[in-house]
Amino acid sequence: MADIKKLESIASQVRRDIIRQVYLCQSGHPGGSLGNADLLVALYFEVMKHDPSFNMKAEGEDVFLLSNGHISPVFYSVLAHAGYFPVAELATFRQINSRVQGHPTTHEGLPGIRISSGSLGQGPSVACGMAMAKRMNGDDRTVFVLTGDGEQQEGQIWEAALFAPHNKLENLVLIIDDNGQQIDGPTEEVLRLGSFEDKYKAFGWDVMHMDGNNMAETVKVLKEAQAKRNGKPTCIVMKTAMGKGVDFMEGTHHWHGKAPSEEQTKVALAQLEETLGDFPA
Amino acid sequence: MLSLNKLQSTGKKATRDGFGAGLKAAGDKHDNVIMLTADLRGSMKSEDFINTYPDRFIQCGISEANMMGVAAGLATAGKIPMTTTFANFSTGRVYDQIRQSIAYSDKNVKICASHAGLTLGEDGATHQILEDIGMMRMLPGMTVINPCDYNQTKAAVQAIAEHHGPVYLRFGRPGWPIFIPEDQEFVIGKALHLNEGSDVSIFATGHLVWHAVEAARQLEAEGISVDLINIHTIKPLDEAAVIASAKKTGAVVSCEEHNKYGGLGSAIAECLSKNHPTFQEYVATDDTFGESGTANELLDKYGLGIKDVVAAAKRAIAKK
Ligand SMILES: Cc1ncc(C[n+]2csc(CCOP(=O)(O)OP(=O)(O)O)c2C)c(N)n1
Ligand SMILES: [Mg+2]
Repeated sequence: MADIKKLESIASQVRRDIIRQVYLCQSGHPGGSLGNADLLVALYFEVMKHDPSFNMKAEGEDVFLLSNGHISPVFYSVLAHAGYFPVAELATFRQINSRVQGHPTTHEGLPGIRISSGSLGQGPSVACGMAMAKRMNGDDRTVFVLTGDGEQQEGQIWEAALFAPHNKLENLVLIIDDNGQQIDGPTEEVLRLGSFEDKYKAFGWDVMHMDGNNMAETVKVLKEAQAKRNGKPTCIVMKTAMGKGVDFMEGTHHWHGKAPSEEQTKVALAQLEETLGDFPA
Repeated sequence: MLSLNKLQSTGKKATRDGFGAGLKAAGDKHDNVIMLTADLRGSMKSEDFINTYPDRFIQCGISEANMMGVAAGLATAGKIPMTTTFANFSTGRVYDQIRQSIAYSDKNVKICASHAGLTLGEDGATHQILEDIGMMRMLPGMTVINPCDYNQTKAAVQAIAEHHGPVYLRFGRPGWPIFIPEDQEFVIGKALHLNEGSDVSIFATGHLVWHAVEAARQLEAEGISVDLINIHTIKPLDEAAVIASAKKTGAVVSCEEHNKYGGLGSAIAECLSKNHPTFQEYVATDDTFGESGTANELLDKYGLGIKDVVAAAKRAIAKK
């Protein structure tokens, strides 16, 4: 049984790390990062079989790919706490000569990163390739890929959406961060996405739903998707609140890509318990 | 006639602010100017245009390829569409859509690209395109313009609205010195002579024009006479201006916030090797991706600083 309290306490530290990374360099994307903290903690601390000594090929391991690379602060914090690289390195986020780049990249050799992302819409295709390679290799582990909901507006997303069921990629799990927000405003106003469920079902996927800010539910649905082998890829439509955990950032696109001031940072950190120790600034 | 002492910074604004101001002016004059964006409206500093002409603003969402096609369709019906997003998503992301639906189809689309080069800073290499001038320059019929400050960008937007044919207009994110006189005429394809000199020719485009101006001041103080030329239009290149300057000085430096392959330096080398072979030094990135950092840290680290222009000029002269 998963220790949900423990996972939640890790997620609280991850949220502190997100705020502090973005505050220190006065740059980056806190909103989506906060919203996805529970998901990434669930994946790396409960659901996935993975090895922080890091082998690019991930033989015999579950894999997570971040397609919406702008939420790098959550990815970095989770990877660091999971043991991929020193937590202290988070202090170099977005600064010159760092491995902790603005968007995740393989170029600087940061352990845990398997594909560069930042230009949206490309992750699901890469995940299809990894899922196919696993099948060719007789490796039954699962490939998870996360995209934003705004990101689903990219045409390439729908090329992958056709490809995965056609190729019966049953070991592929696509998670959509359905927070209803993107840079220029609510997705509903910028470019309506309609029902993900209807669309992905029509393309031949199994569709599941979860509240991505409810740890117990997130763990349960992820494990179900991970175990499922029925000839179809799985799409999880995951409701989250952008900015989850910091009241003044919650539910608005204004915190998609903005750094908090010193005062705002204090207020934010007061709402998030320090559970594993802050990285030194 | 401009000269170094007339080129003083009167404050800082981003070239993308110049885009916003130019777009509003072009929109006032031509009621068929349309702005499109792909979920980056806030970054384009165009609220003035959007609020004045809400019916001429099209939000495409995060769908750049579709945006390019929609622009081609609007142009077919006689509109003057200006697509806006970051330079990477304006070019590499949509190269074939531009190639087939815009360039090959002869459409009057203006591809307006912000956050070009290293100076977008902290977002890092995925967003810092250093290959876009090369890609766009390779397309038959494409005009390629990289203005150097707020005033020049504002003037360039108005000029491209008057010009018929596809244009790639490249500008940037950071606040940058404003030093081109506000009333300076902008002529597509015509180099702007910034200083008359005889020892070395410095050809510069985009943000690096300011570095070239500052470098020229230092060189002149050391007794080196600099022929300083702003190549805002990289294609079509003002070959007559390039050849005349190279003939006069016999030593050439090119300066750009772009890879050394395919950009302004390449354009000048192609022109001179055919017409007047001249030793040339490149101030450009050295076939590398960028990284996160502040604009000025990155310009320094990647060899695009003022001191790099000074050193390149001395190397070029030493080879004469
Ligand atoms: C191809 C591409 N176009 C545009 C951008 C700029 N951009 C970065 S994040 C973003 C919005 C993404 O929205 P969503 O996927 O919903 O993520 P959220 O804002 O919810 O974190 C945009 C347009 C980009 N990174 N890549
Ligand atoms: Mg979103």
